[in-house]
Amino acid sequence: MIEKSIIELHELIKSGLLKPETLIDEVYENIAKYNDKYNAYITIRDKKDVLADLAMASDKKTSLLYGIPYSMKDAYLTKDVRTTAASAILEDFIPPYSATVYKKLQSAGALLIGKANLDAWGHGASTENNDFGPTKNPWDDSRVAGGSSGGSAAAIASSMCKFSIGEDTGGSIRNPSAWTNTTGLKVTYGRVSRYGAIAYASSFDTIGPMGGSAQDLAIILETIAGVDPYDATSSPEPVPNYLQGQTLKVGNLTIGMPKEMYSHGLDPEIKSSIEEATVEFKKIGVKVVDVSLPIAEIALAAYYLIAPSESSSNLARYDGMRYGKGRELFTTENIRRIMIGTYALSSGYYDAYYRKAQKVRTLLIQKYEDAFKKCDVLLMPVNPGMPPKFGQLVNDPIQNMLADIYTTSINQVGVPSLALPAGFSKSGLPIGMQLVGQKFAESTILNLGHKYQSVTHWHTRKPKL
Amino acid sequence: MAKTKQIITTNDVQHVAQLANLPLDPAKIPLYQKQLEDSLEYVRIVQTLDLDNVEETVQISGLTNVWREDVVDPSRTFTQEQALANAPSSLNGFFMVNGIMKE
Repeated sequence: MIEKSIIELHELIKSGLLKPETLIDEVYENIAKYNDKYNAYITIRDKKDVLADLAMASDKKTSLLYGIPYSMKDAYLTKDVRTTAASAILEDFIPPYSATVYKKLQSAGALLIGKANLDAWGHGASTENNDFGPTKNPWDDSRVAGGSSGGSAAAIASSMCKFSIGEDTGGSIRNPSAWTNTTGLKVTYGRVSRYGAIAYASSFDTIGPMGGSAQDLAIILETIAGVDPYDATSSPEPVPNYLQGQTLKVGNLTIGMPKEMYSHGLDPEIKSSIEEATVEFKKIGVKVVDVSLPIAEIALAAYYLIAPSESSSNLARYDGMRYGKGRELFTTENIRRIMIGTYALSSGYYDAYYRKAQKVRTLLIQKYEDAFKKCDVLLMPVNPGMPPKFGQLVNDPIQNMLADIYTTSINQVGVPSLALPAGFSKSGLPIGMQLVGQKFAESTILNLGHKYQSVTHWHTRKPKL
Repeated sequence: MAKTKQIITTNDVQHVAQLANLPLDPAKIPLYQKQLEDSLEYVRIVQTLDLDNVEETVQISGLTNVWREDVVDPSRTFTQEQALANAPSSLNGFFMVNGIMKE
């Protein structure tokens, strides 16, 4: 049942053919079978608490998300439910208040099942760098699920929830989505309130939905988007009806292929899968043109200065006094990022590193503006290669950085991007691609993604568990 | 591209760790020294670009001066018990913290 779309589940629940309790049972059965193997969840709620939430939501039966079981990356405060950021520093932390995104999903009648694994404090692209054990990829358990929202992606791929809420600072939603054959949306900066989210890099952090299809994500985004008085950076831009947006025609749209984003060691199988996807886009009437976006390397360099700088500042609050344990419990990866950030911000190096990176950010915005003069949407790879084996990324800081080469510029510019399945390698590993839109054009990329998923079948494939 | 390597010394590592209030395992200092040097080597691309006439971007929300009324929001206040619930150490309703001065 859980593999059906949110709309199908809603229709079944509404007509009485499916009880939400049955869906919850199915999810808990899958958790019992698979969570030990894949380690997708850090905290799993008691089923009786979920059933109590369901009883409380009985007035929300018209909501499309009523009774739908979901997970959240363990980077969001959930009142009375442990929140760890996958770090030993917060292993006993019980939040006294809730993130806005959690409150909105509660109001819609969705049911939180558990808190999903990640790289501690969001620092990583493999969900290996944490204090709760690595998440394994349901497509091949000798490989990582990506990161940092790897637990969310693995939980969706192994049917341990219907959808998840991830966080994307430099690719943390898109990277694991692409490596697990799931669909994930990095939203425009400010589209979703960050109140109650544990900050990594505040000027890049975005909260977005991850799930089985662009249609499911449209429903979730409409629920969680919008201005929030508790987050001054949340945008007053009106929230459109994303589901209705997916009924619009796409024949007037142009996709730009930035040729420079197909180099930097891109796996040839990923390249050919995306080229095959352009054939499908053309079939549904979309124009495909070449554009130029020669920024990947400088974007990655600027990202790995600005993100650690902001992170070193954000993580300074963990002093082991008001809540949480001591700073000696940061992982090696955390310590390195904090030190790089502190170095880049320190007297004598601020101008040479941090200020230069902020200027690069301006260049990136200009280059994206230039590219968007020739097209509505950019089509790019998400990851340079297939999901690595354990230890390949976590032990090599430079390889760890390079995993983000196609994703970080998008966070610095603030535009939205939809990662979606584009095929499989000969060895049976999932391949993803991303549709990058202009600011607040989530409707356009969700519509294009939905049209693509209406004529292809990649996203419906599930791993043999 | 400038190829002169930014040299990171053991002292640099210890200085940065002190600034960031990070208790370092001395055995790991050579590791951090190398990792910092490698990482800075990569990000130094930004120093090779002509950026003299480029403005800095600090945020991309497009918003300026977002105000709220200066009133207490009771839904966002904690009781003393809630505020202290996660404290590793508290006494008589206060947080216990490490001393910063010696007698």
